[in-house]
Amino acid sequence: MTTKLFGTKVPRVEDQRFLRGQGRYADDVLVGQRVLHAAVLRSPHAHARILDIDVSGVLDVEGVHAVWTHEDLTGPMAEPLPLLIPHPALTHGRTQFALAKDEVNYVGEAIAFVVAEDRYVAEDAVGRIRVDYDYLPPVVGIPAARAATALVHEDVPGNVGARLEQENGDARAAIASAPHTLTLDLTIERSACQPLEGRATVARWDPDIDRMTVWTSTQTSTGVRGCVAAKLDLDLGQVDVITPDVGGGFGVKINHPWPEELLVPMAARALGVPVKYTEDRREHFISSAHERGQVHHVEVGFDDEGRILGLDVEFWHDHGAYSPYGLIVPIITSTQLLGPYKPANYRVVFESLFTNTVMVTPYRGAGRPQGCFVMERTMDAIAAELGKGRTEVRSANFIQPDEFPFDQGLIFQDGRELEYDSGDYPALLDKLKALVGWDEFPAFRAEMAAEGRRVGIGLACYVEGTGVGPYEGAHVHIETSGKVKVATGLTTQGQGHQTAFAQIVADALGVPFDHVEIVTGDTRRMPYAVGTFASRAAVMSGSAIHLAALRTREKVLRIAADALEADEADLEIVDGVVRVKGTESQIDLGTVAVLSNPLRYAFDEASKAATQFAVGDPGKPPVAEGDEPGLEGKDFYSPERATFASGMHAVIVETDPETAEITILKYAVVHDCGHLINPMIVEGQIHGGVAQGVGGALYERMVYDESGQLLNASFMDFLMPYVTEVPRGIDIDHLETPSPLNPLGIKGAGEAGVIPSAAVFAAAIEDAEGITITAMPISPSELFDLRRQHQEETP
Amino acid sequence: MSEEIHDVRLQVNGASHTVQVPARRLLSDALRHDCGLTGTHVGCEHGVCGSCTVLLDGRPVRSCLMLAVSAQDAEITTVEGLTEAGDVLSPVQQAFSDCHGLQCGFCTPGFLTTITAGLRDNPDPTEDEARDMIGGNLCRCTGYQNIVSSVLRAAEITKERA
Repeated sequence: MTTKLFGTKVPRVEDQRFLRGQGRYADDVLVGQRVLHAAVLRSPHAHARILDIDVSGVLDVEGVHAVWTHEDLTGPMAEPLPLLIPHPALTHGRTQFALAKDEVNYVGEAIAFVVAEDRYVAEDAVGRIRVDYDYLPPVVGIPAARAATALVHEDVPGNVGARLEQENGDARAAIASAPHTLTLDLTIERSACQPLEGRATVARWDPDIDRMTVWTSTQTSTGVRGCVAAKLDLDLGQVDVITPDVGGGFGVKINHPWPEELLVPMAARALGVPVKYTEDRREHFISSAHERGQVHHVEVGFDDEGRILGLDVEFWHDHGAYSPYGLIVPIITSTQLLGPYKPANYRVVFESLFTNTVMVTPYRGAGRPQGCFVMERTMDAIAAELGKGRTEVRSANFIQPDEFPFDQGLIFQDGRELEYDSGDYPALLDKLKALVGWDEFPAFRAEMAAEGRRVGIGLACYVEGTGVGPYEGAHVHIETSGKVKVATGLTTQGQGHQTAFAQIVADALGVPFDHVEIVTGDTRRMPYAVGTFASRAAVMSGSAIHLAALRTREKVLRIAADALEADEADLEIVDGVVRVKGTESQIDLGTVAVLSNPLRYAFDEASKAATQFAVGDPGKPPVAEGDEPGLEGKDFYSPERATFASGMHAVIVETDPETAEITILKYAVVHDCGHLINPMIVEGQIHGGVAQGVGGALYERMVYDESGQLLNASFMDFLMPYVTEVPRGIDIDHLETPSPLNPLGIKGAGEAGVIPSAAVFAAAIEDAEGITITAMPISPSELFDLRRQHQEETP
Repeated sequence: MSEEIHDVRLQVNGASHTVQVPARRLLSDALRHDCGLTGTHVGCEHGVCGSCTVLLDGRPVRSCLMLAVSAQDAEITTVEGLTEAGDVLSPVQQAFSDCHGLQCGFCTPGFLTTITAGLRDNPDPTEDEARDMIGGNLCRCTGYQNIVSSVLRAAEITKERA
């Protein structure tokens, strides 16, 4: 009997190559072959007009092949990069050029592109380019953007790229008539994904077949393919994009095309030699993307039980210099802010503001950490105001299990209604309280206080829309060897898709796990795909693969029934063999594959069985009407709307009375992502998310000075957590509320770990200190200052 | 002006590679691009992340902070050299697979080499010592939980195989 693999901790197949040093990342491609290397001249100024670029010294450098500036670009390459996700409210969307034209708007913006024998020489050449600038006043930070005494783009009044308002009910009226009201101002600073592998692109133009191959470290192969074709005036059919192993993404690699993703193939075609560009860490800091920077103003009205009668949120989103990814991040904040709650009336309005800083595109969580911070700070404030328990106030506001599907009355990031499919928030809260020891905490606090130690506990709840459309697809092919080759178009950056998806296929087809091979992110194998973001891969491609495998199974059974002269209903597939239940009669999948493809020419022993004198009814066409040769199945999954995962985190922290150092004593996660395909992988995702959340809450920030220089653009100065900063152990408990929207009942899990971090740490520190926390991240010195300020204000 | 090129003999994983490199060529680049050993990864090129860690005469070093010319004749072990005869995963490699100690795999080679050296110095680490052993390497995927477990598991496997 084949054991069901769905839901089990199957070890990852991809580990075998990674552990041997045999992974293949973009910078590893074409090693040992002739390839030229690119380097980019980047703006040292946050805002300036370009008066002149002198590249005359560059070609004198031995080993330099070519240099491009904007004036060398032609056709679509000379136009601005695409605005990927237009929105009616994005009235003043702006995107950069592949190479700056006339003006630079952030430190790091690409100005010139040099190709040379190696990266060292290319960088030497970049150093010889002379640019004359006319300096313009930089706009740095949300207050400066709002003040608009200077403009980032002179044709964008007030620096406002977009203003979007949504309302369900009449929030302001409800607040005006509520028995209790509160006002909060809440701030989150910038951070960034910082995958250990930065961006990298390699391209090879093959003049013999007029074809471009691009390898790029991306979260969307098909997206890059479309852009390369459009920008280089190639037919889509002339461009193959292959996403090799990717060393982490966390969102930043969903934005595309980066200037280099176009310039590299352009140069490869022009020079007739493959070209490679691999950014260094400083380039990743100053020329990829950041996220999280937002300022929020909340007005809330509630009743004596803490039930929210009206919630009115206004916020300002720092979009950086350009808006290629549209309004996705602030739209997610504005909708996912609601979490597991159902305020009677809700209004939200945001402005998306341009600043002369690195542009903003999604980072794991994508606006949800900010939304969760706002909502959970509000819940804690309501509890404090009423003198009620923090869990009690939350419970009073929860959507109840019998209220699903629950329509929040808003439009979500995918343009669809924000309608939650399933969940059980009271059950999650019960699990969390048990896991962290919520009810035992007062005793623990007293015990610690007796030792002169100061501790606090916090909790935060979230709901995450996962598995957004439009679709993903899968192609399953059973070869005559019996091996199963599966392709899905979205990409993978460490989530273990080759394992999790193979589990799904092995179960659906009844084949051994190690007979299944999964290929992701290769447009040659699956040209129709969207990408890996928004915790969507398992839901979207997992479902598509399941459906495609079932289609293949149908064909297997049809052919096998014919060959075995049995009824399809009497067949079962076990370990790659189709059997007539309860008999000795059987046929292996490889033979079924042979029979599926009527041949004229044999190519090996097995295929002889499918040749014209060996098989088939002479009275019928060899391939039946409506059928196709080959043992293949293809299907697509395109859900009506997203499926909503949920979870709750709690943390116990200790704050040092002297130094204000913040130590994590316990971290607990309860999580509901529907049915788990591979619990080991899901827990790994949570671990990683929590660590990034710790970074975002306590350490990481982008330090810009007033002239727009990023002062901490290195791993020396941008404090990413090492093992010394993460909790010692993360307690995890799962709830499995299946999604009714897909055949496997799954929900996404990738971003969950990071969403509640700012909220949960703020709550715990506030609880330890008795000082209201309104801005995150928080460092020991900031906490120290807050204490001093608090002492001065408290008589 | 052309750069002076040096012949450098690198002893990597028991094999000798003679590479022609300018004096400024980083050891990490020489290993990856001149020797073709792309298992060593470059995450920051300023010595902080530890992805490029290799063993130089048995001691972990950041190959992005060392010039190839200064590695002449040293015995270098990269991740490719950790795998044992018969393509068997070393105890540290096997432990990472057992404990799900890796996700995207980019930082992994640096952890594997660092821990391999660490366990030679301290074959039976406590959890605190395991954490200390990996305290200089960055990972953005795993949150380190399973890497700590991998260190402890690797020590067990080493004993099991002894």
